[in-house]
Amino acid sequence: MKTLSSGRKRLFRNAITYGIVIAAFVILQVLNAGGLLSPSLQGQLVPICAYVTMAIALNLVVGISGELSLGHAGFMSVGAFSGVVVSLSLQQAIPSGPVRLAVAMLVGAVCAGIAGFIVGVPVLRLRGDYLAIVTLAFGEIIKNIINILYVGIDGNGLHFSTQNEAALALGEGGKAILKGPMGVTTNVKLSSFTAGFILVLIALTVVLNLINSRSGRAIMALRDNRIAAESVGIGATKYKLLAFVTSAVLAGAAGALYAMNYSSIAAKKFDFNTSILILVFVVLGGLGNIRGSIIAAALLYVLPEMLRDFYDFRMLIYAIVLILVMLLTNSPFFQDLRGQFQSKLRDRAVAKADAKGGSGHE
Amino acid sequence: MSLLNNLINGISLGSVYAIIALGYTMVYGIAKMLNFAHGDIIMVGAYVCFFATGQFGLPPIAGVLLAMVVCTILGMVIERLAYKPLRQAPSLAVLITAIGVSYFLQNSALLLWKSDPKVFTSVVPGGALTLGSVNITYVALVTVLSCVVIMLVLSFFTGHTKLGKAMRACSEDKAAAQLMGIDVNRTISMTFAIGSALAAVAGVLLCSTYPTLMPTTGSLPGIKAFTAAVFGGIGSIPGAMLGGILLGIIEIFAKAFNTNISDAVVFAVLIVVLLVKPSGLLGKTVREKV
Amino acid sequence: MNKPGREPTRLVPVPSPNIIPERDVDKTPILEAQHLGIDFGGLTAVDEFNMAIGRTEIAGLIGPNGAGKTTVFNLLTKVYQPTRGTILLDGIDTAGKSTVQVNRMGIARTFQNIRLFSNLSVEDNVKIGLHNHIKYGTLQGVLRLPGYWKEERIAHERALELLSIFDMQDLAGAKAGSLPYGAQRRLEIVRALATNPSLLLLDEPAAGMNPSETAELMENIVKIRDTFQIAVLLIEHDMSLVMGICEGICVLNFGHIIAKGTPDEIQNNPEVIKAYLGSGKGE
Repeated sequence: MKTLSSGRKRLFRNAITYGIVIAAFVILQVLNAGGLLSPSLQGQLVPICAYVTMAIALNLVVGISGELSLGHAGFMSVGAFSGVVVSLSLQQAIPSGPVRLAVAMLVGAVCAGIAGFIVGVPVLRLRGDYLAIVTLAFGEIIKNIINILYVGIDGNGLHFSTQNEAALALGEGGKAILKGPMGVTTNVKLSSFTAGFILVLIALTVVLNLINSRSGRAIMALRDNRIAAESVGIGATKYKLLAFVTSAVLAGAAGALYAMNYSSIAAKKFDFNTSILILVFVVLGGLGNIRGSIIAAALLYVLPEMLRDFYDFRMLIYAIVLILVMLLTNSPFFQDLRGQFQSKLRDRAVAKADAKGGSGHE
Repeated sequence: MSLLNNLINGISLGSVYAIIALGYTMVYGIAKMLNFAHGDIIMVGAYVCFFATGQFGLPPIAGVLLAMVVCTILGMVIERLAYKPLRQAPSLAVLITAIGVSYFLQNSALLLWKSDPKVFTSVVPGGALTLGSVNITYVALVTVLSCVVIMLVLSFFTGHTKLGKAMRACSEDKAAAQLMGIDVNRTISMTFAIGSALAAVAGVLLCSTYPTLMPTTGSLPGIKAFTAAVFGGIGSIPGAMLGGILLGIIEIFAKAFNTNISDAVVFAVLIVVLLVKPSGLLGKTVREKV
Repeated sequence: MNKPGREPTRLVPVPSPNIIPERDVDKTPILEAQHLGIDFGGLTAVDEFNMAIGRTEIAGLIGPNGAGKTTVFNLLTKVYQPTRGTILLDGIDTAGKSTVQVNRMGIARTFQNIRLFSNLSVEDNVKIGLHNHIKYGTLQGVLRLPGYWKEERIAHERALELLSIFDMQDLAGAKAGSLPYGAQRRLEIVRALATNPSLLLLDEPAAGMNPSETAELMENIVKIRDTFQIAVLLIEHDMSLVMGICEGICVLNFGHIIAKGTPDEIQNNPEVIKAYLGSGKGE
């Protein structure tokens, strides 16, 4: 029996992932067109795409780069609000909805990327729990800053203030876009499921291509053994920052997509709980397992909706399910199974080498 | 004078954070895990005291003691059911489980006691001590004193009692401690018990100062106390105290400057300190063996 | 004692308290450590470490446990910055350089406790060693431009070529962490070689190997030196290996050099014997 080389196997696995995403999109679009989707599920199509992208982005940092980030909702937030500001500012200049959405997402991605760089440079010098707490701190800082920010537009361009709407001193015909704690209340909804699907595909392509490249190998090497990676000439800061900023860029685009789905949105939507929610998706889907992130994010996001009948109990059930899954996948029983599987792999590797006439290793 | 009043309020709030941070740091030191549910145990303690003194009309002291008992049991049960099976698991798995427990507690409270804010009756009689232009409320006084007493008792305990030394041994090297005949399971249980009892005290004192009580009340103070523990050096008991008090002072002064960004300022200070001294104020840098 | 059929090397002194093989005398020593030392707080772990290694020399660093041998490796590869002394790599001072930088300058190592990228495949481990020699950037990789495909193919072929030194090319797809212990050690050597070093540091390469594997390893190390024309410095406790292939040996005890010389000289050196076996009194 011809065994596939590891490169071929990888391509096959990735093809399946793309296949799942494309199939899901096609099926949902067909159901939607046929009016077979419940209104609540219809409304969730765009948010699912946003959260799936967020999960892919966070997995790049937590699973591939091995750094725990507890403030990723902050990058989503930066992307969301910069995207909305740009979209509302360019309403006359770019009348086409989809184009304006694309521009908003692009701007959101770039702004979040810059934020990712500013946060990443100091943060990635720390290790483990300290890094985690600083990302949490940055997430809260970002939320706080956006909460006190006022942004308005008039004939002269954008105006910013941290006091109140009046301080924007808008000229005639100007309007306030971002109003401090109230957030944005006059947004024009532009997001579509198609746009979300395209974003997921882009995120998937970027991350999978990154992983299977020289830079991806470097990032994973640093994760697995930082000292060894440095000993073969791989600079830690450079590659960890690369993963972090790429992740922030994708998160920003996701945030813009998400925000453009609602007529009003406030900073407190992107808080610590959101960061933790996405982290849960990533961990349950499997660290480093991009396909797992996609499936987990999609399923777990709609789960509370599906448990709607148990309305009051649904978050409780969610919590219990989470605890049980964690206990189960880390229980000694499960570890035994995994151990048996790994020694089978080991025996197979050695047998293959021996069969090819190796000279008696071990 | 406003400056002094702010300082006192800061020390008072900081004392609450310090008590909470002690729980975090003790559990981290021995079990190497961040107990995210710690903040929610604070909330449970506050609710228990609220109902004890409100509905059942018990005297405040009984309310506090009852809260401590309930939280101690709750903490030990959680440890036994959710954390003990994961002792050998990667730390991320334990973290997620702790998050699950946190969600569980918050949503149980939501179901049991509804989301409408309760007005907590302080366990310390109202009124204040007036020294010249400075006003020190009795609540603030009791809070700070409690923190100091707890710190002293805990320091004595870990330094001079058998269980305390067992705790220190376990946090250094569990396997070696076990070989010396220390019951590691019991020691860890006891650590959680103490931490949870402290959380109950913190919850009661927190709500005596800031009387609004909701299922989410423990969450933000929990995060802040956690950052205080890291700030002071995670695993260090004096560090937790120092981190907590400093954080409280910074927060109150930041609030006086501008209420809306006080949180951002607090977190910004944390970031600056960690960049300058990555292991926290009183933490120890551990060299990795190559 | 196993000696591959070669003539014993004649060592000659150079104008320094160091010795290198005669054949390498007209070229700069690949490594020269001068008065190298490091203190950890109050503890002096290594002191007055002077050594030169010829460009194609196989040198050995031996000594009882805790003598400071791995510390010397850590100093040479800048995992620790020296408290005093100079390290010249190919004549260039490495003061202030980081681990990454000295690797680029030509020094690669293996570790006492294996440090592989256990979740990645054997081939990927080697490709990571090839990292700085694969010529395409991140963007080219993500966009899958022609440069990516060409360089990845070259890297794949080079990785298999390097693995064939130890006949491991068929294990290329296996997960590094699933390999038997000896194979993991050999993979670390291949990974270090992939960085194209001028000096290869091997930390106890024969640990956990049986005699026939050790003999094979010895042949392979000499083969590596002959093929790539590089220098090798190895730490080892297995004396058959050390005496078998090392040309110059440096003996360390309590952080100080107690002897330097050829295998014959070292074996008969009373200080060395005392360090390893004690002074013979009592038991």
